[in-house]
Amino acid sequence: MTSRVRLRVDPIACAGRGLCAEILPELITLDDWGFPVIRDTDVPAGLQAEAGEAVRVCPMLALRLDRVNRMDRPARR
Amino acid sequence: MNTAECLPGLVPGEAGQPGAGLPRLLPERRGGGPATLAGHLARHGGLPTAAWDRRRREQFIAEVGRAGLTGRGGAGFPTARKLAAVAAGLGRPVVIANGTEGEPASAKDKVLLAREPHLVLDGAVLAAGLTGARQVLVVAHGAVREIVDEAVAERRRARCDPVPVRVLTGAGRFVAGEATALVNWVEHGIPVPTRVPPRISECGLGGRPTLVQNVETLAHLALIVRHGAAWFRSVGTPEEPGSILVTVLGAVQRPAVYETEIGVPISAVLARAGGPAAPLAALLIGGYSGSWVDQAAALTLPFSAAGLHPAGASPGAGLIAALPAGACGLAETARVARYLATESAGQCGPCLFGLDSIAAELDALAAGHPFDLGRLHRWLGQADGRGACHHPDGAVRMIRSALSVFAAETAQHARGWCCGTRPAGVLPVPARAGP
Repeated sequence: MTSRVRLRVDPIACAGRGLCAEILPELITLDDWGFPVIRDTDVPAGLQAEAGEAVRVCPMLALRLDRVNRMDRPARR
Repeated sequence: MNTAECLPGLVPGEAGQPGAGLPRLLPERRGGGPATLAGHLARHGGLPTAAWDRRRREQFIAEVGRAGLTGRGGAGFPTARKLAAVAAGLGRPVVIANGTEGEPASAKDKVLLAREPHLVLDGAVLAAGLTGARQVLVVAHGAVREIVDEAVAERRRARCDPVPVRVLTGAGRFVAGEATALVNWVEHGIPVPTRVPPRISECGLGGRPTLVQNVETLAHLALIVRHGAAWFRSVGTPEEPGSILVTVLGAVQRPAVYETEIGVPISAVLARAGGPAAPLAALLIGGYSGSWVDQAAALTLPFSAAGLHPAGASPGAGLIAALPAGACGLAETARVARYLATESAGQCGPCLFGLDSIAAELDALAAGHPFDLGRLHRWLGQADGRGACHHPDGAVRMIRSALSVFAAETAQHARGWCCGTRPAGVLPVPARAGP
């Protein structure tokens, strides 16, 4: 079974470079100032590779994938 | 609860069980200066030493829970839960009494510290006892720093506190009172919120479990520990017991800070301030992160979270600003929005750029220049919830409520003229904002 994961952005670290939205437009759009708006859903299994790529290319290390537990809260780091 | 016991060096006053009514936090006193330690003890008695007994901590925290005390800094979090979380944390906890009060229109924390510094210090020291903390920091607004220093010195001379109390001046910024910003300020001298660690109750100052509690909350705590939950609950509503300090400003006869039972109608709070000084248009409730409510709808609402909720408002940090009829609510909103934009810590893009864009659009709206209401609403949606702290959310809430309450005025402004017939300036903003 694929684990549930969700994309989260650290708004302090994020500088609005926008690479994530290029890689994963299905889940990430940019607001009027160029900062990512992440869809409030789990990453579907078919997009998990792209989500991982978006996390890897973020130059500010502001994006991460969190496992979602049954309580629907982010996993503790 | 045993109020006869007293800390070493303190002589219990003749204070028995006080009356249930008000005032509790702000008694009338001749002279007007801060309460002395002797006067304070005569009125309230000493602190119950049992609060330092490890085995009785849980009982005291449970009593605070039964009292139903919630944070008076704006968020309204149950105080007992915070105390329990910090007490259960890993490592020796720290207590920070938050008297930063960065909101320019609010005065209740300054007034409380200026008049009853010992009640706040009692609460802070008791919170240390209940959580096992061995240090207390009081972060006070610069305007009352000397009074707090003097009170702390007085207690030191009387050797009445089992833990050291240190005083710091808060950073004079709007977001500086946010709990993570406060820890950041104390630790690094940088008054902006942080995102990691997630909970300062677990990992705050120096990595220690940290209790950040508004000074008014601590003052209530000091009384609950002395007099018990039943006494505390004898005023207020069953769901939201106790009293609350409210800064009343704008078009009222006597703008000042008043203590009131939670749940009394807004009109009764205004009556405490001598009533309206002019016909009113609307009220801003809760603070600059609060909500505008039309005056006709507002006056009968109970001043409580449950009572204000249907109007989209909340008591927030305890503030009611009365806008007189004829003053332009949009101009007031634009001015406060600009202030809130400049008070962004500048860390999160949607807050930094979003609030600035929104403030510019509101400036145009207020001035009767061309503006785009659809774009303004889109921007409000894009700023809402997009920061590391709740600063943008509060600004968005206030501005959305203005666009709703002043909808007719917005339509007038769209036609190029301002609805105001009297000069604005009800809501104070510092002349120079920002770092």
